Amino acid sequence: MRFVDEYRNEPDARKFLHAIAGMVTRSWTIMEICGGQTHTLIKSGIDRMLPEEVTLVHGPGCPVCVTPLELIDRAIAIARRPEVIFTSFGDMLRVPGSGTDLLSVKAQGGDVRMVYSPLDAVELARKHPDRQVVFFAVGFETTAPGNAMAVWQARQLGLTNFSILCSHVLVPPAMEAILGSPDNQVQGFLAAGHVCTVMGYWEYEPLAEKYRVPIVVTGFEPLDLLQGIYMTVKALEEGRWAVENQYTRSVTRQGNVPAQRLMQQVFEVCDRGWRGIGTIPNSGYRLRPEFAAFDAEQRFGVETIRTEESPVCIAGEIMRGIKKPHQCAAFGTLCTPEHPLGAPMVSSEGACAAYYSYGRA
Amino acid sequence: MEAPTSSVQRPTFAVQCPIPISEYPIVTLAHGGGGRLTQMLIERMFVPAFAPQGEASRNLALEMLHDGAILQTDGAARLAFSTDSFVVSPRFFPGGDIGSLAVHGTVNDLAMCGARPLALSVGFILEEGLPMDELWRIVQSLAAAAKCAGVNVVTGDTKVVERGKADGIYINTAGIGVIPAGVDIAPRRAQAGDLVLINGPIAQHGIAIMSVREGLAFETAVESDSAALHGLVGSILDCAGDRVHVLRDPTRGGVSSTLNEIAGQAHIGIQLNEASIPIDEQVRGACEILGLDPLYVANEGKCLAIVAREAGEAVLAALRDHPLGRGAAIIGEVVADHPGKVVLRSRIGGRRIVDMLSGEQLPRIC
Repeated sequence: MRFVDEYRNEPDARKFLHAIAGMVTRSWTIMEICGGQTHTLIKSGIDRMLPEEVTLVHGPGCPVCVTPLELIDRAIAIARRPEVIFTSFGDMLRVPGSGTDLLSVKAQGGDVRMVYSPLDAVELARKHPDRQVVFFAVGFETTAPGNAMAVWQARQLGLTNFSILCSHVLVPPAMEAILGSPDNQVQGFLAAGHVCTVMGYWEYEPLAEKYRVPIVVTGFEPLDLLQGIYMTVKALEEGRWAVENQYTRSVTRQGNVPAQRLMQQVFEVCDRGWRGIGTIPNSGYRLRPEFAAFDAEQRFGVETIRTEESPVCIAGEIMRGIKKPHQCAAFGTLCTPEHPLGAPMVSSEGACAAYYSYGRA
Repeated sequence: MEAPTSSVQRPTFAVQCPIPISEYPIVTLAHGGGGRLTQMLIERMFVPAFAPQGEASRNLALEMLHDGAILQTDGAARLAFSTDSFVVSPRFFPGGDIGSLAVHGTVNDLAMCGARPLALSVGFILEEGLPMDELWRIVQSLAAAAKCAGVNVVTGDTKVVERGKADGIYINTAGIGVIPAGVDIAPRRAQAGDLVLINGPIAQHGIAIMSVREGLAFETAVESDSAALHGLVGSILDCAGDRVHVLRDPTRGGVSSTLNEIAGQAHIGIQLNEASIPIDEQVRGACEILGLDPLYVANEGKCLAIVAREAGEAVLAALRDHPLGRGAAIIGEVVADHPGKVVLRSRIGGRRIVDMLSGEQLPRIC
């Protein structure tokens, strides 16, 4: 298949692996930001093909994993209301809240529907004027433009029965939180190619400079990742720190400017809680006051919910790159995809699910 | 599970529901996804109930856990017996409909026992309000598929439920077939050195259904591979006889769930080569877009054959000679390493375990 097979062939993979092995002189710890990258690494077996000096740790870039428990409980409370059609991307449906998950709400009679785009939710609202349609707007900068467009369109259409439950998160503040933490072990980053397709990479330049850490914007195919790792190791070995772009077929320094403009019109930056990590200042988006009518939290006035995390889950340490999934006492025993204790075991992008599914115990 | 109410001695297993109620107090869709939760229902609830351990008369036919049961009659003949229910939505999809599917599903379960299908039963559960003309089209399609497969519908049943109590129409079919002498198909016969073959590109049925259900438009429509496979199986058996060790149709849960079941039952390892698994460009593209792994997507006209290594090339040739096997390929082998596990060699030469799916595959956020 064009544009896929070119990035998945064995001879080129061997060349990169050979080049990395020939260059590395000491151990390095590199974090891939995005859960999609984690899955490609494990699914194609790259983690086991690299020289032992190169350790990959898995970053917080899985929207399902970092969405706060409290918000999932709110989603569940809203989805249970009889007038609501609750819409979400597929992999949010199985994430455990304090007591249950959205799929179970569906099994108990809640109208919970999986959609492929927030614009499908707007269309549902248009078709069902007698129902309240809520979209669970989670994710990083990658999904923010689509969600902004949904709200924008709903306003254009004059819809009064559409709202979003918003929990957007931003990558650069999370990277800064990891780098600034006293137990940080990360020496180089593979930045998330899709986030940078929207945002560009100029935001990362001050981070690379301040923490003297190489950041390579990297794609999602096996050869993208191998090249990204090669570029990061090369920079580390040469003592350079800068932002470099491996994913040139998709990413420019400025990013997608019209998308950024739309996001700024609809959203504003706010402090945001990250599941397993805690609150990070200026690390999220919320709706601007002029779009408050589309805010599901305000519309449904869900009161404060008492949440309860599993005491044994170490998701936070995993997402900060301090521990690996199989170092968790509950991994594969108390915590499995059938009975997840934390979100990284649920999402197809979660590090624990990747380790479990692809047999990294 | 309900406790027996009569004075019949209560078997110990029935005292408590064996599936931890605390985890699953209600049935979820994932219990029907063909993955680990479905397997859990079968292994922990159904099999212990219907084939209790430690009883004098064992239920060997069920214990085999094959696509169909193999029954020894008083004479020399062995019968295959199987049943399947069809709840597909939408009822009409590119490449088939619920009627033709209801024939193909059960005929294929019989074929995977190595049997020649003899007769089918059909049970309809109809929802009040189903347009008569739709029912007629489905019945016509079912009749045509049965005729094409050379099998008669010999008995049936009809129930109608109130509007809102079903989704238009559900169909159950059951079938019996005769297993020719010299054929011995069973998961336990898979042994190290055997080759794993498939008769064509994977994941077409699941993607065809999803494209209609979710309104996803592709450049050309992906058609379901729904087809009756007993003819194809007949030509494999003619060619290799008892060197054909296992046959399975990878329906719900896809190729990986089926191979995991076989690996578990036969205590052998299976090694797959990703680059040799046939898949159409359209289907692969759809899976890439949706974030689905085609190894877990349903098929309705595919047969996995595990055959003795020396018969591999001949079986491949026989498959490719058949209209339903033109895209056949050898996709892997049975190994003595990692018993119970399926390991895949990726396109770039890495290795990973291909596990059974836990519920249904859910499309990713981004």
